[in-house]
Parts: sequence; C-alpha cells; structure tokens
Amino acid sequence: MFKVEVIIKRRPSILDPQGKAVEKGAQHLGLTNIKNTRIGKYIEFTVDTDDKAAAQKEVDEYCKKLLSNPIMEDYEFTLKEYSE
Amino acid sequence: MKPKFGVVVFPGSNCDHDAYYSLKKVLGYEVDFLWHKSTDLKHCDVIVLPGGFSYGDYLRTGAIARFSPIMNSVISFAENGGYVIGICNGFQILLEAGLLPGIMLRNKSLQFICRDIYLSIENRETIFTKEAVNHKTIKIPVAHGDGNYFADEETIRSLEANNQIVFRYSSAEGEVSDEFNPNGSVNNIAGIINKKGNVLGMMPHPERSCDPVLSKTDGAVIFRSIANSILN
Repeated sequence: MFKVEVIIKRRPSILDPQGKAVEKGAQHLGLTNIKNTRIGKYIEFTVDTDDKAAAQKEVDEYCKKLLSNPIMEDYEFTLKEYSE
Repeated sequence: MKPKFGVVVFPGSNCDHDAYYSLKKVLGYEVDFLWHKSTDLKHCDVIVLPGGFSYGDYLRTGAIARFSPIMNSVISFAENGGYVIGICNGFQILLEAGLLPGIMLRNKSLQFICRDIYLSIENRETIFTKEAVNHKTIKIPVAHGDGNYFADEETIRSLEANNQIVFRYSSAEGEVSDEFNPNGSVNNIAGIINKKGNVLGMMPHPERSCDPVLSKTDGAVIFRSIANSILN
C-alpha cells in the first residue's frame, strides 16, 4: 500500500482573489512582509496496491482527470510505502 | 407534438424544480426529471443541467457531477447533436465535462451575487436565441459565487472569431463594459455555445424569469427558441 500526498497549485497566470483577500488579513495583523499569498489544495489518500508503477499511474490519472483542472491548476504528488 | 425537456437532478441541484415548473406549468412543455445515477435520457429532446451546488461544489464546481453516470449519456447525446443547456452550476458542469471550453473562477469580488442583470444577446442565430428578435437585451437574475469565466487568450480569440459568445453582461441598453460586469468574467462573457451550436452554457437563470407572476419573463424566450427549433 502507498500513502499519497497531492498538492494542487493555481497556475501562476491565474489570479487568486482568495489569496489576495487572505493577505489583506495579514496586513491587518501587522505582518507587512507577507507577499504573494496563493491558496491551493492539499489532498491525501492511500493506494491499495504494492506495484509502485501501477500506483503512480493511477494517482496521476486521479490528479489529471478529477483532482485538478489543467486549465487553471498544476499538481504534484509524493508516494510513500505505507502499512496500516 | 410537444418538445420534451429532461432536467437532470444531481445531489445538491436546487434549481431543478424551478426549471421543471417554468418549462411545464408556465410554458406548457413536456418535462421529466433525470436522476444522476441513471443513464436513461427518457427520449428527451433537450437536456437541462440545472443550477445548484452539485456535490456541495467540493473540489471545484461541477468537477464531481461531471463523472455521474447520467453525464456519460449527456455527453454522447451532445456529441450526436442533441440540444443541451447548462444553467449556472449546469454551465460549470459542461466546462468540467469538456463540452464547452474554459473554467469558472471565484467572483472577482469574492462575494456571492444574487440579483437581476441585463444580458446583451451577441448571437441571435443560435437555436437558443433565435426567437429573441425583439429583445435588445434580456433581464434575468444571476445567483453565483463562482461565475468569473476564464479561458486562455487563444480560446477567447477562437470563441470570438466563431461567434460562440452568446451573452455578455451589459446595461439595459446593451452597452458592454466593466461597469456592467458583475463577476470579472473575461470580455463580460455570460454564456457561450459550442462550435456545433447545440450546447449552451450560461451563468444567469432564465428559468427564474419565465412566470409573469414574478413580473419578469425574458428568460422564456430562450426556452421558446429551443422548443421552436425542435418543432421546425
């Protein structure tokens, strides 16, 4: 079994109004050095196989077709061996 | 013969009954609900993907609904030239399904917007707008948090060049400018059609402006256009 951690980031060319709004909060907190806040997603799950190549393929498809939308997002993931 | 509309019901759809009511009780067409777990389109002439928050808008709007069993049938139906209209969340589902290009971002203001707006009809040659000859603009409501239409420059150029932009946010007189853009959509885009002309997605809600009792009926012209396209 593998444990997977996926990070989904908004593409640099896509505006992130949510990140901007959150950063306003930082300004209000007096954290004036905080810049370029951008909000993405963190997703974790397990893959129930011992075949690493097969796991990688399945995770990649999950990321590409469902977890991210390539028009506005990029994804990266890490795969670690895992036992319950 | 009456045209038959099929309104898809996803978990979290909340404009399905509005669409059913307007199409059946106000406009007098045949309507059936289509359950998301089914694959049977019940011989409908038109498929309506209604507004709402399918699957709680989790992940991205429309991202999970797009993989519902019914959507496989809707995609084949659309690819074979069947008429499909996606309203609000329905539009978002069409984008995720790849039946229309682009994506919806959070409204520029970050606020949920719920109010009447005016749409300039940019293309009157479509099966969805051809009855709108006497309308310079139509007044119908928007109700969305993620209606900020985005696509890359090349896609926008292609949409413009092929006359695929059907509606833009405008003034009552039809002036299109930033002042009348409620959500930050590229080029004030409120509704687009596919190249073949049989799939329309729009953020505003025509089904909420059909019944005269609500004092606005401009939305009916869209459903009448579709119905007459089927009958002729």
